Amino acid sequence: MEGDKMAEDVQSQKHEQERRDFLSRCLGGAIACGAAAVTAGSAMSQATAATPETSGGTVPAIPGYDWSKHHWAFGVDATKCIGCLRCVEACKKENNVNADAHHFRTWVERYVYLEGEDNPHVDSQHDPVNIEASGSEGEYRFANRYGDEKVEKAFFVPKLCNHCTHPACVQVCPTGATYKTEDGVVVIDHTYCIGCQYCVQACPYGARFFDERRHVTDKCTWCYHRITKGLQPACVEVCPTGARIFGDRADKQSTISQFIQNNRVYVLKPETGNAPNVFYVGTDKDVT
Amino acid sequence: MDTLFNASSFTGYVYPNETIIPWTVLIVVYPYLTGLVAGAFTVSSLYQVFGFERLRPVAHFALLVSLCCMVVVPLPLLLHLGHPERAFNAMITPHTTSAFAVFAYAAAFYVILLLLETWFVFRPHIVHEAQQRTGLLGLFYRVLSLGSYDLSEKAMRYDRKWIFALAIIGIPGAHGLHGYVGFVFGSLKSREWWSSDLMPAIFLFSAIISGTALLVVLYVISCKLRRVTVDLACLKGMAYTLWGFMMFTLLLEGVEFASLVYRAREGIDVIMEFVKGPLVVPFFILQFGVGSVLPICVLSFLIWRGTSGNRLVTAVFASAFLVLLAVLMMRWNVVIGGQEISKTGKGLLAYYPPIIDREGLLAAGIVLITPFILLLGMVRLFWPWEEHTTSEYAVAG
Repeated sequence: MEGDKMAEDVQSQKHEQERRDFLSRCLGGAIACGAAAVTAGSAMSQATAATPETSGGTVPAIPGYDWSKHHWAFGVDATKCIGCLRCVEACKKENNVNADAHHFRTWVERYVYLEGEDNPHVDSQHDPVNIEASGSEGEYRFANRYGDEKVEKAFFVPKLCNHCTHPACVQVCPTGATYKTEDGVVVIDHTYCIGCQYCVQACPYGARFFDERRHVTDKCTWCYHRITKGLQPACVEVCPTGARIFGDRADKQSTISQFIQNNRVYVLKPETGNAPNVFYVGTDKDVT
Repeated sequence: MDTLFNASSFTGYVYPNETIIPWTVLIVVYPYLTGLVAGAFTVSSLYQVFGFERLRPVAHFALLVSLCCMVVVPLPLLLHLGHPERAFNAMITPHTTSAFAVFAYAAAFYVILLLLETWFVFRPHIVHEAQQRTGLLGLFYRVLSLGSYDLSEKAMRYDRKWIFALAIIGIPGAHGLHGYVGFVFGSLKSREWWSSDLMPAIFLFSAIISGTALLVVLYVISCKLRRVTVDLACLKGMAYTLWGFMMFTLLLEGVEFASLVYRAREGIDVIMEFVKGPLVVPFFILQFGVGSVLPICVLSFLIWRGTSGNRLVTAVFASAFLVLLAVLMMRWNVVIGGQEISKTGKGLLAYYPPIIDREGLLAAGIVLITPFILLLGMVRLFWPWEEHTTSEYAVAG
């Protein structure tokens, strides 16, 4: 995949430099107190995690693209989502995601409040009932599972990686294989990932999964290979209702800037301190 | 595709990517082993540093137990990694904000420390064997002696200084290593079940009791195998140690659990559903009841009645065995339990490990047995028991 290749190229330069720096430090005698230094460094970095995690300086070799000039962000207008799941299908195809019910870079949740009940019934395309309705794990559909029951309120919520400003996944990655680019996208260098899945645990949104075919972690990249060529992410491209909005916040007139400016937007699980960059309109108290 | 992963069934709503449990039974074994390392080292240090004379019979053996467990600790991690051949990436380019990045350094530091201390402790034995034996084994001991055959009182004093210093450094080393394992879990804000400031302390204290319990079990078994009588003073010393640290562990676990329930943050309903359902057998019955309350009661009764002789040996052995089970269940309930509660706060997953798989029960079992197979060899090479050592080369410690 082209997006992955880009992340790997940028990261390999970075790792090479880090390796050299690190080895020269070791030669200087630092190895004797390496453990203490790393421990202390870790503790300090944990304490100062308020600063954004970025890769710092190494510019990717993408023709005609300068990542310092962009600040990507994503918007979801849940009031427009009709749960057609074309986004899920497009994402799977575009990014060669495993075609089963356990690996998703993006998914859609359905919230249904039945009359007389306080809590919503929540499901997504991976629910066995929905898989039975679609006929296969590689086909995505919401079953009409509530039949004749009286529905008080119902809505869909598209989900994806939040590309947080303070990503917990980046914080915990032991090798730096996952990192935040200058333009605000959290990506993974699949050639450097050791597959420990600490990042999968750390993500509060369940946005990461382990790709058993390549033995590495995977997640949404906002289709980095497309956006750096001026295209939209695949899910945004195929959404028939415009529920998904993507753009550059560096451009005040962009759709996403206008979306954030003209709406009261929310982010998911703000209490985690991760500061997500997917902004929602039309969600509900039970959406987490 | 189905053979590539082991998907879990779920109830309620869980995120689609949660249906494959990321950290499997191998990650249950990993903290269990590091715990045994820290616990066994604690017993050794109680003698080497704090002068608990009654623990003298097991002090050297404890070091070997600690070392054998420690060299196996990276194995479950390597088996779990998607790319174990890249494991050194974490050392070459450590990402300093990651708690995991420290592991390789902390573990390497501690292994070196353990090797050094073991060498000093067993140096008289090594020298003696190097002088007595011929052939390959003789060569092995001669290489290990590093050319120093000096066992004079002055040299022994020098060795004892080193042993003392290494044991002192080893206390924060071993405990730091295990406290850090608790930190790996406790520092994650994504899981309410793990996210607790008490997690490192709970891991640490449960580590101490598991290591002590392991020494009780192995010591009694070894006495039976060697056909020698169990040193009751030593056994009582370990039983007291076990009792004391168990009280702390139970208190910490109780406070942590009470805080979680009392705080009752978002998702508590599903946590309570978990606690009252799937957790009843592994937590309340096995970990808390059979593995903690029962041994505490038995040990308290023994201390109160001043029981001695074979009854004491049997009862302490049985209690220690149950404690080992309890700590294994504690690791399971933390590692697996945390992942069975969905991050949505709206659903539960059910993890059933496969038997034959790279991350299956068989692999975990083999990893768990490996230190003891190593230990069988090590006690033959480095005899840790006093009855076979001679006054010429016995280290007074």
